[in-house]
Amino acid sequence: MPKFTPAELDAHKAKLLAAAKKKAIIKVGLNTCGDAAGALPVMLAIKEAVAKAGVDAQIVKTGCAGMCGIEPLVEVSIGGAPATMYGQVTAEAAREIVEKHVVGGKVVEAFKVPSIAEMSSDKPVAGKQYRIVLRNCGVIDPESLDEYIARDGYQALKQTLTAMTGEQVIAELETAGLRGRGGAGFPTFMKWKLTRASRPGEQKYIICNGDEGDPGAYMDRSVLEGDPHAVIEGMIIGGWVIGASKGIFYIRAEYPLAIERIEKAIKQARANGLLGTNILGTGFDFDLEVRLGAGAFVCGEETALIASIEGKRGTPRPRPPYPAQKGLWDQPTMVNNVETLANIAQIVLRGGSWFGAIGVGRSKGTKVFAVTGKVKNPGLIEIPMGTTLRQVVMDICGGTTTGKPVKAVQTGGPSGGLIPASLLDTPITYEDLQKLGSIMGSGGMIVMDESDNTVDLSRFYLDFSIDESCGKCAPCRIGGTQMLRTIDKIAERKGTAADIAKIKRIALTMQRGSLCALGQTTPNPVLSALRYFESEWTERLLPAVKK
Amino acid sequence: MTVKAIINGLPVEVAEGTSILEAARKVSVKIPALCKHPDLDHTAACGICIVRIKATGRTLRACCTPLENGMDVVTHDPEIVTVRRGIVEMIMSKHPNECVTCARSQNCELQTMCADFNINTTDLDNLVPNIPLDDSTKAITLDARKCISCGRCIQVCQENQNVWALTFMERGISTRIAPAGDISLAESPCVKCGQCSAHCPTGAIVEYDEGPAVWDKLADPELHCVVQIAPAVRVAIGEAFGFKPGTNLTGKIYAALRRMGFKAIFDTNFGADLTILEEGSEFVERFAHGKGVLPLITSCCPAWVDFMEKYHSDMIPHFSSCKSPHEMVGALSKTYYAEKIKIDAKKIYMVSVMPCTAKKYEIQRSDDMKSSGYQDVDVSITTRELARMIKQAGIDMQAIPEEQPDHLLGAYSGAGTIFGATGGVMEAAIRTALKLVTGQNPPRAEFEVTRGLKGVKEGVLEVAGKQVKIAVAHGLGNVEYVINKVREAKLKGEPPPWDFIEVMACPGGCVGGGGQPYGVTDELRIARAKGLYQEDQAGMWRCSHDNPYIQKLYDEFLGKPLSEKSHHLLHTHYTARPLYQR
Repeated sequence: MPKFTPAELDAHKAKLLAAAKKKAIIKVGLNTCGDAAGALPVMLAIKEAVAKAGVDAQIVKTGCAGMCGIEPLVEVSIGGAPATMYGQVTAEAAREIVEKHVVGGKVVEAFKVPSIAEMSSDKPVAGKQYRIVLRNCGVIDPESLDEYIARDGYQALKQTLTAMTGEQVIAELETAGLRGRGGAGFPTFMKWKLTRASRPGEQKYIICNGDEGDPGAYMDRSVLEGDPHAVIEGMIIGGWVIGASKGIFYIRAEYPLAIERIEKAIKQARANGLLGTNILGTGFDFDLEVRLGAGAFVCGEETALIASIEGKRGTPRPRPPYPAQKGLWDQPTMVNNVETLANIAQIVLRGGSWFGAIGVGRSKGTKVFAVTGKVKNPGLIEIPMGTTLRQVVMDICGGTTTGKPVKAVQTGGPSGGLIPASLLDTPITYEDLQKLGSIMGSGGMIVMDESDNTVDLSRFYLDFSIDESCGKCAPCRIGGTQMLRTIDKIAERKGTAADIAKIKRIALTMQRGSLCALGQTTPNPVLSALRYFESEWTERLLPAVKK
Repeated sequence: MTVKAIINGLPVEVAEGTSILEAARKVSVKIPALCKHPDLDHTAACGICIVRIKATGRTLRACCTPLENGMDVVTHDPEIVTVRRGIVEMIMSKHPNECVTCARSQNCELQTMCADFNINTTDLDNLVPNIPLDDSTKAITLDARKCISCGRCIQVCQENQNVWALTFMERGISTRIAPAGDISLAESPCVKCGQCSAHCPTGAIVEYDEGPAVWDKLADPELHCVVQIAPAVRVAIGEAFGFKPGTNLTGKIYAALRRMGFKAIFDTNFGADLTILEEGSEFVERFAHGKGVLPLITSCCPAWVDFMEKYHSDMIPHFSSCKSPHEMVGALSKTYYAEKIKIDAKKIYMVSVMPCTAKKYEIQRSDDMKSSGYQDVDVSITTRELARMIKQAGIDMQAIPEEQPDHLLGAYSGAGTIFGATGGVMEAAIRTALKLVTGQNPPRAEFEVTRGLKGVKEGVLEVAGKQVKIAVAHGLGNVEYVINKVREAKLKGEPPPWDFIEVMACPGGCVGGGGQPYGVTDELRIARAKGLYQEDQAGMWRCSHDNPYIQKLYDEFLGKPLSEKSHHLLHTHYTARPLYQR
């Protein structure tokens, strides 16, 4: 295998771009979602049909294109013409598509759905999808380093290592205004700057937080599965900027395909001089390893994550000291989320001001959401910050499946809150969502219609958080269960107004007294339900006793 | 470096790194806190110590947040107090309402907190778990239902003592303390040091109570009950009766024990003097005559012996074969004393009063503990248990006049007394070693290098023109450094880094023992040790070999140190033990 120098990387890219293209390119979405929907038999059927017909076609397995409700997805492009996307493709349909479209050149209208290009805009406009993080997802074969390189892969790394200083990279991130996509929204440049400045010359670590766990959220899994090299490139750049020689992917064990693809991509990068010793011939040494999470939601919290890597019980510890000061094995450590890291290479390549021009206020760039619940087009979307909830639910996701009006949208998973239909025109920004008692979170978005009940919904989230409480601090450990018991009482129509007051009192204690964000935000779904849908609670109360 | 900040509107200047909790004391505020213990690193578990940072409006834990330059902190406002009360109420909803029947009643940090917040009614559900009691060690009793998950016991067991017996099991509301692997304490690496019980804010971990058993024996007319008290007991028990920490109550304890019905009152300090003669001779054999390996390591702390047998059994050849002092007194009470007063030894019931929970384990640790033909010490109770028994008997410790012990096994020198403080065994041993080698008493009895609370104390002492390199470690967490240096030197074929090493499992030595009155801090450890050093200084004899009753014992019974009889009654063997007993 060649070990690339910067010049060789460019030459290789040019060679890939100049290579003769097959007449037809057929792409099959084969992430976990595609696989679950039956994309493997579809892939086999296509291979057989293509072989039988003897057409000059390249069959590519790709990551998730985002339209998870209509998997398996097959995309056909002939002679460089704009691609046609087919949805809910069966093996039989696949054979028909090969026969009529690939061989016959005629689009099979019965299975045609909007393509990625049709679904998204090539300019960042609020209300339209715009792909930065997902730019390669569903487009390239995630297991092919060449396909990544052909799409500007590792160009940002080359630029960083050969033409930039660490300060310059940090300055670009500052201009970009990128904030942590794990949910808290801490300015990324600040984290990089603090870790770079911390104890120079000592062993440092960069960690990719792939412990995604919100119910219904799978943005990070899709990126890891669909474009692993983009995250790896972000990691290497981050490692170089902060002065780390080691990076760790912390990925939950329930994501076997993501782990497999990241491990494969690490090997490819290492074999090609993009990772390991003397990266791109610049003398920079940096390597990556994968550690698996054991299924505790709280290990998405950075200090608990670090404890878990160290082989300890996954519980958060107080900050300060922040990981930048004292992290993994007490060394300076930077923990970044998958989506945050997937943005890095594009920001380096296209400039901080390009990124900073997208979005509104202090919320810049795009955000990926996993939209689920009662929407016509559930799936993964990437929208510029500032897009309204209504645009997402009605325009991009097609409104409710039931035809009933939207009742509420839940963002931020178990740490977030319910946002009522009356506030759907709220722009999606860190600040606006927080004002409503919810949070941006990592990107889970669940849409409910009028038939859903918020008492039951908030109970579901609370139950999740209680189950995932690590048990370290009293307010979270005990408060959650006490609150759940009280809600159960109300749900069983045995509660009184005093129980509503009790819920609020417990919530205050948890918000102010819990050690980490898990406990502090556990009451959010309940509080937002009480705030916006109070009547659903009071109608279940026992009538007040007359004196 | 100092930081300047504002707390409750008042300027405060403290050293960098000082927590808000500590800094607040400068403005006369004791922030309520339940999980923070001055001995231990913060666990940040309870959340009661929250304060508000004015700039952000956020609440943070005072125990683990260092005061920063320019910080403006509010330590209490109505919301903070409401939240604190809410947390105490939550903790109580998961804590059994058994205060009146709990060993920690009136001495419980949670109970005090409840009183301060007047938690007398609650509308929270009762979430007390049903977890069986673990009294498998017969030394310490673990009632995990009463645990508030503050994490102190785990912190002290893992970080401070390096034993790693206790851990948290499960998570969320089901979180509970237990030995790792959910086995019993007796099957775990637990060394019974009892530091968990000394640091527990509630009654979740307490000593295995033998008080009622002792009263039963005292009631038995067939039995001849005798008792001995350890050095550290006399300077700590007063805390349970309103005396100043460190007050020496030796004479009052003797009197109280006699009134409780003990036929003879002995003192473990006598055993300590005897240990010095045996161990001092052992050291001289090894050091001056080259018989056996160096360094010699002390063996009077049973938790340390247990720890060594489990974790560092390669050190067995270095261990002094001497039993601990109370075992020596126990063996002699059923031989020498029995012969003297012409009583059948099987009728003697020996009770030892110790600052220690591990002694409860030690009395049955091997057949060597039955060298008299009977179990040499029948039962060992802690200082806390004796204090309760004295109260049960209604004895007024303030008023009771002092008495003398039964001198045969009760007279002691100052060297025996200081066994109760870290470094005391070393200091006492060196006093006698000097005499054994040079034939003369040391010109000055004090060896300051062995005193104080530094984790590992190292020094060089002159013995007859030869340098004796010594090390004193207390707190099992400090042992590894010492042991590793010994191992390293061995591997490299170099001379040992020290000739004589003293180890005590508990920080501060026995004065800080796991069976001592609750509320131990360094301040208390220093005060208690001071009480012992004062007695040493004021005593008639400073050196163990000057104790005439020791000389008499050798003349009449044992012959000489390390004699065959000594070996049979006063020495023991060690064996490597598995960390996990199943």
